[in-house]
Amino acid sequence: MIEPLRLWNYLTRYVDGFLLCGILLLMLTGLLTLYSATDANLNRVTNQAINMLIALGIMWLIANIPLQHIMRIALPLYVTGLFLLLGVALFGEINNGARRWLNIGVTRIQPSELMKIAVPLMMAWYFDKHEATLRLRDYAIATLLLLLPLLMILRQPDLGTALLIASSGFYVLFLTGLSWRIMATLFVAGAGSLPLLWSMMHDYQRRRVMTLFDPTQDALGAGYHTIQSTIAIGSGGVLGKGWQHGTQTHLDFLPERSTDFIFAVFSEEFGLTGNLLLLLLYLMVIGRGMVIAANASTQFTRLIAGSITLTFFTYIFVNMGMVIGILPVVGVPLPLISYGGTSMVTMLLGFGILMSIQMHPKLVKT
Amino acid sequence: MNRKVELRNHPREQYNFRLRLAVSAGFVLLLFLLLFARFFYLQVSQREHYHTLAEANRISIAPIVPNRGLIFDRNGEVLAHNYSAYTLEIVPSKVRDIETLINELSTVIEIAARDRKRFKKLMEESKRFESLPIRTRLSDVEVARFAANRYRFPGVEIKARLFRQYPKGSSASHVVGYIGRINDKDLEQLEANDDLANYRGSQYMGKIGIEQSYEKELHGTTGFEEMETDAAGRVIRVISRTPPISGNNLTLSLDSRLQEVAEKAFGDRRGALVAIEPATGDILAFVSKPGFDPNLFVDGIDSENWDLLNNSIDRPLNNRALRGLYPPGSTFKPFMALAGLELKKRWPEHSINDSGYFSLPGSTHRFRDWKAGGHGVVDLHKSLVVSCDTYYYGLANDLGIDNIFNFVSKFGMGKKTGIDIAGEASGLLPSQEWKMKRHKQKWYAGDTISVGIGQGYNLATPLQLAFATAILAGNGTAFRPHVVKQVLNNNNEVVREIATHPLYKLDLDPVNLRAVRDALVDVTRPGGTAALAGEGAAYSFAGKTGTSQVIGMRQGEKYVESKVRERFRDHALFIAYAPAESPKIALSVLVENGGHGGATAAPIARLVMDYYLLGTLPAEPAAPAVEQVNEEGEHD
Repeated sequence: MIEPLRLWNYLTRYVDGFLLCGILLLMLTGLLTLYSATDANLNRVTNQAINMLIALGIMWLIANIPLQHIMRIALPLYVTGLFLLLGVALFGEINNGARRWLNIGVTRIQPSELMKIAVPLMMAWYFDKHEATLRLRDYAIATLLLLLPLLMILRQPDLGTALLIASSGFYVLFLTGLSWRIMATLFVAGAGSLPLLWSMMHDYQRRRVMTLFDPTQDALGAGYHTIQSTIAIGSGGVLGKGWQHGTQTHLDFLPERSTDFIFAVFSEEFGLTGNLLLLLLYLMVIGRGMVIAANASTQFTRLIAGSITLTFFTYIFVNMGMVIGILPVVGVPLPLISYGGTSMVTMLLGFGILMSIQMHPKLVKT
Repeated sequence: MNRKVELRNHPREQYNFRLRLAVSAGFVLLLFLLLFARFFYLQVSQREHYHTLAEANRISIAPIVPNRGLIFDRNGEVLAHNYSAYTLEIVPSKVRDIETLINELSTVIEIAARDRKRFKKLMEESKRFESLPIRTRLSDVEVARFAANRYRFPGVEIKARLFRQYPKGSSASHVVGYIGRINDKDLEQLEANDDLANYRGSQYMGKIGIEQSYEKELHGTTGFEEMETDAAGRVIRVISRTPPISGNNLTLSLDSRLQEVAEKAFGDRRGALVAIEPATGDILAFVSKPGFDPNLFVDGIDSENWDLLNNSIDRPLNNRALRGLYPPGSTFKPFMALAGLELKKRWPEHSINDSGYFSLPGSTHRFRDWKAGGHGVVDLHKSLVVSCDTYYYGLANDLGIDNIFNFVSKFGMGKKTGIDIAGEASGLLPSQEWKMKRHKQKWYAGDTISVGIGQGYNLATPLQLAFATAILAGNGTAFRPHVVKQVLNNNNEVVREIATHPLYKLDLDPVNLRAVRDALVDVTRPGGTAALAGEGAAYSFAGKTGTSQVIGMRQGEKYVESKVRERFRDHALFIAYAPAESPKIALSVLVENGGHGGATAAPIARLVMDYYLLGTLPAEPAAPAVEQVNEEGEHD
């Protein structure tokens, strides 16, 4: 009976139990909600469970790699990502009017997804290299490292991904200690350029923004999503209508209810109580991420852990904000709950890195 | 492990980092509180409101599909309209076993094998959870019979739908086009254009022809109804209604009677004809033979008919007038002649001695005239009337390819005319640059020679030939060719006119124009290559015959022994305008494998002009007799 125990020890050597616990609870919530959202479609639930298992496997693999190795691939990964993005711009397949996919013979890939990890890795790597003598110039270069892929992704166009990458990069800058004065200046400049931005936007983009203020303006288009999801959430009340009893969900009123709008399903069926519990569950994961970041021993690991954790938070906020009608509709999934394999893998890749940071032997001060 | 790293890890840095981390933690908590506040607002403060909306009465928003705009010809004759009829529809996602269901349905309502096939095809094409018609145009008796048995068929419904109909059938089918069911590809396109919301509920959209290119005008604006429904989904009352706005109607410049005369004039022959009013760019007739019945496509075409159309050796779905590429042959010569005069390489009085061939200096290769032994002394006038090749070989050589390209492209050759039907081919007017790009070869002097008689690399669509002819007929004024004349709202008030101001005006010497135009009139008189077609005309008309060599059969084309011989014959071409002094109509005719332009294409032009200018209908079945082709082949 000693063998299974050793195997177990081997498997869990680098796994952070607290973090894993939070992740598994969220995944379980996701599967339950998906079951209801798809009208008890076991096929899709099984599919999603398989997605989760694959992603967990990847997380385990990453957790087992010491951080020094991950650090070494930061630059090659970033450069590869840039080239792939260039490839998308030149030879990418157009789907739904956007050029996001690249066909590499065997399969189609979406390089912007890779950049979600590669950009913060690269920036953290850069700051780590120049740690001793951080000057304004270093911030400028790091910003450039962020802007280059960002602009390429904005051009595809893929607003959701661009937003997430922009924030992951910003978090790195912020955590390195970019001065408050500069940030305030940038903020004022950004606010000042809004009218200019507005004049440059496409008609349909303006309509999206206007829809945010008055969803009924576009009741058949983008506004329809928000109107229906707000009704679903509001009618859920304090206790919710009960699992599989959401009328908005089951009478086909909610669009995209297994992917980007799955939170409306959850909220309708589990109410304010469920929302509170879900927020706490997410806070648990975020909190753990922050503890890992705070305890990390090198600049690189600190920055990467902080950025991954805060980006995870951004997913949650942007998705929920969109579903409850306080942010415009952009394609950002609810992490660990929305249906879909790609974002699941990206998410757990990040958690794998967090675990590796936490669980591998530290470089202790002597 | 790594001393350097240890040294770098200052406590102060970690402290700064932790400070920033604490700030962001505060930020996270703040935003989560904001989320929670909004949840609280929605789920506690406003709960009653949303509860009413969702639970007691559910609001549903149903789109109301607008009526599609109608299409009229220039005299107000209807080319496309809508009628209401009952359909029997199945929502496949609500049915377990479609096969069994259809079998059972067929005991109540007659369902032919054709209907089943069409339904299958529809199912393959549509992945949406939409309701698909298994039978269209139900009779009242059938509607009643189904209503009595309705309880047996969940997922099957009778719906009143508007159907598109093309009363003229295959006439002008290549212009009007057709609508068809919206498929996945269309959906992607709509989404890309951000039009999806306006197509919620729409089942059809234009696929080709005017129906496609004016889709935005014809479709209209979808309205919607906000309704209260009870728990079972039954409508209790309508809260608000935003009515749909019907699509705009279109008046074409096309004259459908002229169109029919032209189509009949082709008989069983394949080919194309485009007639343009030179003073406006209005397209009066636009023929591509054979045509097809657009009504077959409206409900989704069944596979039998589709195979019949798609695999036919005659390729009826191919819009020859718009997309067919043919060497313009001798119809190219008037433009060459004008180039020679304008660029001062030739004078009307200047003549050559044609001994039957042309050779480049220092070369023994002979470019032969179609007439063995040549035409003797030939000036510009005669060169057009008898279609002398040698004259144009020499002229092409004197002009050079750059001059030819620059001048003739002003007549629209080698580029799209900009007609308001999608899918136009741009033809090919060769240039040095083009050859380098396409064939990675430099241009040789020898290449220029055959360009002079419209052969070589030259390719043009019948539309381009008509456009060029219209510019010539209008003394150099070019109008964008258009099939739609006016856009009308559904009260038939004009919303906008399709622009009739000129695109550009070429600066041509009237003396030079006169020289070329006089010669073209003599083409249709005794001694000219189209004398036969010009015989006894009550008006004078100008024309130019042409013959275009058939390159060979396309790969994969079906092989029918009896037809092959005929299909290697040359294509016959004719361009013309009339009356010669003040042209009201300019046209191009192409007869595939028709042999001589003068013998087969010109008579068709004559019938069309007779009807348009004099109102006389052809006396008898107008198909020009398929005459025996003289195998040695006179050229024109």
